[in-house]
Amino acid sequence: MALVEIKNLHKSFGSNHVLRGIDFTVEQGEVVCVIGPSGSGKSTLLRCVNLLEVPEVGEVFVRGEDITDRDCHLDAARQQIGMVFQQFNLFPHLSVLANCTVAQTSVLKRGKAEAEQIARANLDRVGLNEKVTAYPMQLSGGQQQRVAIARALSMDPALMLFDEPTSALDPELVGDVLTVMRKLALDGMTMLVVTHEMAFAREVADRVVFMDAGVIVEQGPPAEVIGNPKEERTRTFLRRVLDPTHVEPTP
Amino acid sequence: MTTDTATRPAASDADRPGPIKAVPVRHPGRWVAIAIIAVLAAMLVHLLVTNKAFDWDFVFQAMNQKPVINGFLKGTLLVTVLSMVVGVAGGVILAVMRLSDNPILSGVAWLFTWFFRSIPRYILLFTMGTLGILFQQGISFGVPFDWKIIDWLGLSGDWRFFTLDANQIFTGLVAGVIGLGLSEAAYMAEIARAGILSVDKGQAEAAQALGMSSGKVMRRVVLPQAMRVIVPPTGNETIAMLKDTSLLLAVPVLGELFYQLQSIGSTYYKTFPIAVAATLYYLAATSVLMVGQYFLERHFGRGFGTQAPRAARPAGAGGA
Repeated sequence: MALVEIKNLHKSFGSNHVLRGIDFTVEQGEVVCVIGPSGSGKSTLLRCVNLLEVPEVGEVFVRGEDITDRDCHLDAARQQIGMVFQQFNLFPHLSVLANCTVAQTSVLKRGKAEAEQIARANLDRVGLNEKVTAYPMQLSGGQQQRVAIARALSMDPALMLFDEPTSALDPELVGDVLTVMRKLALDGMTMLVVTHEMAFAREVADRVVFMDAGVIVEQGPPAEVIGNPKEERTRTFLRRVLDPTHVEPTP
Repeated sequence: MTTDTATRPAASDADRPGPIKAVPVRHPGRWVAIAIIAVLAAMLVHLLVTNKAFDWDFVFQAMNQKPVINGFLKGTLLVTVLSMVVGVAGGVILAVMRLSDNPILSGVAWLFTWFFRSIPRYILLFTMGTLGILFQQGISFGVPFDWKIIDWLGLSGDWRFFTLDANQIFTGLVAGVIGLGLSEAAYMAEIARAGILSVDKGQAEAAQALGMSSGKVMRRVVLPQAMRVIVPPTGNETIAMLKDTSLLLAVPVLGELFYQLQSIGSTYYKTFPIAVAATLYYLAATSVLMVGQYFLERHFGRGFGTQAPRAARPAGAGGA
């Protein structure tokens, strides 16, 4: 059984039809990168997986459970899905350690000592064990994003969603975050990553999904989708991303 | 463009002006203002010390009377605290209701705010003092419309657990606290709503993504951050409330500070020293409140850069 299975997903914002029928699965242990031009619906697709956006049509199954079903216990389903945001969204009123323990103690009902131990282990994993007492705004963007990853990992998720995790970072800070994500992938974490980092997708992903205008245009191993795309739309997109200064000859 | 400054002196060394005789900028206006203020201050001190109408001995004696002190402690401080507790709790609940997706809840919150903001506090307090007439049988807690249901079932008796005497509820301090508290809740609702709306949407999303229920998201993540915006105007409201306790006379609450002072004043035909005594009490209490507000603001400002060096803050931090 696939960890995530999405069937015929449609989502509109007003008259803007963002997702136009997505069918898509993520297997246990798989790293899937979603690429595509902005406005193609890739972030919306990701946010539908933990129902931060509620689709109008279609079903989302997580471990076989339909989370779009009204009877589904959504909060419980979300505990198994960690999410990392483009803007980090750390809780600024809590210390780094408290950011990583607040959901453990209030949602999973872990004791304070146990929660702090787990939080410290995960902060260690992202290389920030010396920052436990700092407040988020005292950290650099790259450090904040790594705390956000540790916060999500502290809930022991079965799946991690990454919504353009490096897009808000200064270029020299991107590497630290990607290194942490690469390590996570090697540890066998199931990951669904919306990204513009083609090098990362090529190296780490088991599968790359190219989206445009609310549909999946093509998907497959990175060597095929990025290295040798079949579709013209994919080729156009990759030309722009890989060589941004290139000017297309007007026919 | 370094040539501009580098070449000019060499080209015209002879025309170069000598060193400037720097004279500090004069501020004659400031000195005039200081002189005027000093004269006015001296006049004020002279007035306070020499004018017999102040009758400072009488002022301090009046302030030291037992009913007056009781009036300050109960009528002013206790009512302020209790009304603000009712007001803040009610205001936060109303704000959450107002922001709810449920049209009934948000409609009720709007109606409450509309009603209590429309009535002047003095008239509201007067009304509270007379509400007992609506409930001459007392206010009972039990099954609603029990007499109808009992009648319909052909039974007798009543389904009430206990009954309060309405004339006791709607008099004195209790009526005052209910009236001031409800009125305050209407204002606090708007303040709390502004505070909640000031928290970035990404905060609630991050908390939801961690599996928190909507109640937990509100209590653990949104409200603590909203407090940073809510506290300063609430301090303002508390100070206003402190002064509005003098309206308790409308209920009437006879154990209130200003009423007690006035009754002393009318006994001894000394109106002005009584006004001075009341002023001193309110000045003292307000000063204490302002200190308290400072510490509250510091507490809820945690993590918002007050302790962090500015340079350590990244440009894009904290969400868009």
